Amino acid sequence: MSLRIEKREEGTPLFRSLATTASLIFALLFAGLLLFFAGVDPAAAYLEIIKEALGSSYGLSETLVKATPLIITGLAVSIAFRMQIWNIGAEGQLYMGACGATWVALFSGLDSPLMLPAMFTAAFLAGGLWAAVAGLLRARWQVNEVIVTLLMNYIAILFTDYLIFGPWKNPDGFNFPLTAQFGDAARFTEYFNTRLHSGFFLAIFCALAVYLLMERTIWGFQVKAIGSNPNAARYAGMKTGLAIFLVLTLSGAVAGIAGFSEVAGLQHRLQHGISPGYGYTAIIIAWLARRSALGVVIVSFLMGILLVGGDSLQLSWQLPVAFAYAFQGLILFCLLASDFFINFRLRRVKEDADA
Amino acid sequence: MLEILLDATVRAGTPILFATLGAIINERAGIINLGIEGLMLIGALSGFAATFISGSLLLGVIAAFVTAFIAGSIHALICVQLRGNQIVSGLALTMFGVGITALFGRGLVGKTIEGFERHAVPLFSKLPLVGKALFNQDGLIYFSFLLVVLIWFFFYHSRWGLNLRTVGENPTAADACGIPVNLYRFLAVAFGSGLVGIGGAYLSLAYTPMWIENMTAGRGWIAVALVIFASWSSFRALFGAYLFGGVTAMQLRFQAMGTTVSAHILQMLPYVFTIAVLIISTLRLQKGASQQPGNLGLPYDREDRK
Repeated sequence: MSLRIEKREEGTPLFRSLATTASLIFALLFAGLLLFFAGVDPAAAYLEIIKEALGSSYGLSETLVKATPLIITGLAVSIAFRMQIWNIGAEGQLYMGACGATWVALFSGLDSPLMLPAMFTAAFLAGGLWAAVAGLLRARWQVNEVIVTLLMNYIAILFTDYLIFGPWKNPDGFNFPLTAQFGDAARFTEYFNTRLHSGFFLAIFCALAVYLLMERTIWGFQVKAIGSNPNAARYAGMKTGLAIFLVLTLSGAVAGIAGFSEVAGLQHRLQHGISPGYGYTAIIIAWLARRSALGVVIVSFLMGILLVGGDSLQLSWQLPVAFAYAFQGLILFCLLASDFFINFRLRRVKEDADA
Repeated sequence: MLEILLDATVRAGTPILFATLGAIINERAGIINLGIEGLMLIGALSGFAATFISGSLLLGVIAAFVTAFIAGSIHALICVQLRGNQIVSGLALTMFGVGITALFGRGLVGKTIEGFERHAVPLFSKLPLVGKALFNQDGLIYFSFLLVVLIWFFFYHSRWGLNLRTVGENPTAADACGIPVNLYRFLAVAFGSGLVGIGGAYLSLAYTPMWIENMTAGRGWIAVALVIFASWSSFRALFGAYLFGGVTAMQLRFQAMGTTVSAHILQMLPYVFTIAVLIISTLRLQKGASQQPGNLGLPYDREDRK
């Protein structure tokens, strides 16, 4: 007897979700093993994550606060995914969006009803223009967008550092690398005496808008068509180059909104480390959500639990924040492995039948 | 002055050189590896840890190779045996590497070791201009020279190298010739990953002998871009890595001279430079000078009809 790999017909939805759940459980087990070797009791750590993130109304509000930028950047990455374009630069686009919004907040002199919309627009444009560079290069000359968007993250973060250490540094800030605090007009409303802010509702609105744009318009259909078969789409008369450029630009613009939401809702100023890597987590979220906007919201919430729990583990066990990355990497590995079992089946066959 | 700059160029370029060579071996077999950044970190941490515990630099380099080989095997297993998406798997490997090294490196931050020392090659190190930069360096740099030649020899003058190139170019043909495609791919990914790990170890054992969280700072991604610039050739990889090293060295020199330009702006230069190089080499690729392995990024399934 030996094992033979066979293609499986499209798995049933039940089988698919079972496989996805199983891969998440495996990821939890592997991460638990890592925690164990790092001298942390995994059961206690997982219990603490759940308790911190879901056990109180404040914990729950913190989870939603973390989920907010994840939803927006996750949507951004998923827009590009539909076209089989990889936007690995949501992190940098978020930073550029934050810079754009901060510029308006500090220097425009606008007031209440106009301020927030102006900040939104600036963030949208800044993120979009940043990604448009990669979009142009990819659409015009087929320059690999994965590498360009990723390298531009480093540039965007250095640019933010340049601003806060240099021209935008708060003159009354005792030389700390921070901008001045935003005025009230440039801040989101906060709810229930928690840090939950209007950005969360903005994120949900974005999810709805992306759903309508991608699923209910001709342009959304074209994007999907180009993604699944670029040659057929070109033959049908669709302008693939232009669509690639627009999709990457829109993807960056949406990621820029996340930067606006973070500075207007949470930080109220521009500073280093406004994102602990939301733009990278967004890639997993988009992949897990399989291109569905509702899926992005759900997965972002789950990742929010992980991040809130991770913060508390950092305090109680001195675990580095970056541990969440190891965990996310494991989730992806397990998901990829589960894909194999969704698409193929192993069948035992007699030796002679294999020949 | 120029001598010092050239010396700094070689030292800054060497970790990228190892990483680019490792990535070339991956891609020659047809597998894209975007986990280079994570593998470098894994190599940097395990190399530093092994040297810190044992006191032996050689053990450090071996540990870096072995751990990165094992981590690369995960990517190989997913991309080759399980036919998973190579881009996602590579990104996962980078995230995994960033996270796991932060976790296990906690206790090593701030510790110091005796890093690699320079050994001058008699006669050669007296050469004008390049003598000091190329022949008054540490053992790992000499090893990298050897590696460039060995990899070239392997690809173009050995049966295994020819087989490996065939596997990346046209796995169906390779399979028909009786070459075990999956075995070649698996070993190429794992071995290439091991070399990337040595590149990381160069950072933590020679360039700045210590462990800092996330100390690669994007060098892995620069290596991924340089593979295209190098047209998958080890000699051109050497050139590309030193070109990058030169930009880094100059940038550091400017900072040391105390220019009025912000350090943050200067630090952008290597990344901007890499993007520019990527654009130029992509344009050149399209002019027909393509050395890109024909089946790069595609999983191989014997039963697929193409």
